[in-house]
Amino acid sequence: MSMPFYVPPEQVMKDRADFARKGIARGRSVIVLGYDKGIAFVAENPSRALHKVSEIYDRIAFGAVGRYNEFESLRVAGIRYADLRGYSYDRTDVTARALANTYAQTLGAVFTQESKPFEIEIVVAEVGLTPEEDQIFRLTYDGSVADEQGFVVMGGASEKAEERLGAAWRPGLSLGESLRLAVDVLAASGDNGERREIGASQLEVAVLDRERPRRTFRRIVGPLLTSLLSHVNPTSDAPSTDEGHPGHPEVLSGDSADDGTSSPSDPGPAV
Amino acid sequence: MTADPTGRARRLDDAFLVAGSSSFTDFVSAYRPELLPSGRPLPSGASLEAPHGTTIVSLLFDGGVIMAGDRRATMGNVIANRDMEKVFAADSYSVVGIAGTAGVAIELVRLYQVELEHYEKIEGAIMSLEGKANRLASMIRGNLALAMQGLTVVPTYAGFDLETDAGRIYSYDVTGGCYIEGGHHSTGSGSVFARGSLKKLWRPGLAEEAAVGIAVEALYDAADDDSATGGPDLGRQIWPTVAVVDRMGSRFVSQPDLEAHVQRIVAARRDNPGGAR
Repeated sequence: MSMPFYVPPEQVMKDRADFARKGIARGRSVIVLGYDKGIAFVAENPSRALHKVSEIYDRIAFGAVGRYNEFESLRVAGIRYADLRGYSYDRTDVTARALANTYAQTLGAVFTQESKPFEIEIVVAEVGLTPEEDQIFRLTYDGSVADEQGFVVMGGASEKAEERLGAAWRPGLSLGESLRLAVDVLAASGDNGERREIGASQLEVAVLDRERPRRTFRRIVGPLLTSLLSHVNPTSDAPSTDEGHPGHPEVLSGDSADDGTSSPSDPGPAV
Repeated sequence: MTADPTGRARRLDDAFLVAGSSSFTDFVSAYRPELLPSGRPLPSGASLEAPHGTTIVSLLFDGGVIMAGDRRATMGNVIANRDMEKVFAADSYSVVGIAGTAGVAIELVRLYQVELEHYEKIEGAIMSLEGKANRLASMIRGNLALAMQGLTVVPTYAGFDLETDAGRIYSYDVTGGCYIEGGHHSTGSGSVFARGSLKKLWRPGLAEEAAVGIAVEALYDAADDDSATGGPDLGRQIWPTVAVVDRMGSRFVSQPDLEAHVQRIVAARRDNPGGAR
């Protein structure tokens, strides 16, 4: 009968952590940062269909890096968890803290019990009525939770990017300023330190807008995103009203924001 | 998050993590069936008396659809509630009105609202109007056992179809049959009288303002002849609930606008109680 080699538990955990970290570092970064009227999510993601950022509930959103299938199942679980809680209690009883705890338990259990840890890192953010009440939780592959102040960078070369963002971020930036800062940080933190050009088409941007009633999550796409990111003649803020053309209600594109009289054949933004 | 029979650390149940379904009702019926109206065991025997909501009218206008409901709930010959809401926004592009047992109906509407929002969040897209109407039909079907004990719920569903760019009305029967209505529809105890009124007043291509007036007038006619339908209450300032859905989305008509419509109809009916014209 052969005996398996003894492997100390420290070594097992270290191997698993290294494995997860390597997987996460391969992907592109996601930045979550507060601005004067809410919380912005900026992901480098050329896909228009496979999202890294998503709505969970009225004031709660989710951002993730790493393996898509793994964080997608947690995203769906989060929506189920939040909707079930909101349905059996009240909409105001759904909190990011409770969801972050649940995610942490799940990630922790998978890390120690399954044959392979999740190669993901996620952020659960809840926008408050004032910037001081905003909550941003970062959850890592082993189930540890951190309550972050103001901003988070995940995935890719996140340590360098976090330093850069920490030096330039301050509370009270406008949406335009914070998006330009986030894109600047993403562009400067390439694999080999070279600056890259990142256009609006390679970005997935969404906000939790503090001033909206009920569902506060909006994706920002199209001309509105381009003008928010533009260094010449920039827009500083997203419109506070929804657009008049039929489309997905959570999308702001700036296409017909000036009036609601667009022609009936207007197909709305491609989502 | 729940106590786990296998003794693993506390973590999300597999029901949360399973892939494939975007339906909140399916998820709840697998995970916590007792939270659904259809998932609770029914006591056998006599039926009980519970508040009932009554008349809902809906009609198409040029560019969308209007749904209006009176505010009265009755329990036998007692008025159980004078200012109940029976027309609800189901999502951004549709509304649902309910007639029948108030408690079950309101629970069903809440569940339906979560169902649509849940799909929207998981899929990242709005469900087609036909799809939404069919989801409601299957929820009514699940309610059949309750209906057979007298706790009936009969909704009307109206929405704006983004694909064909037109308003649509769907009516239901108690077994979950779902029918597209052309022009106008009414449901509830005062529906016979409201339908008569709509037949004479409605015509294709109405403007929104005129259509809101017709909806309020049809409810006035229903309340005139049906004791379970509440007429506009000038003393308490209680007006019908009127929702408008067009390509801009769904919204409710404001109280001052409704008051103006009611005042005009009440004035026109003085010395002309049947509204002959």
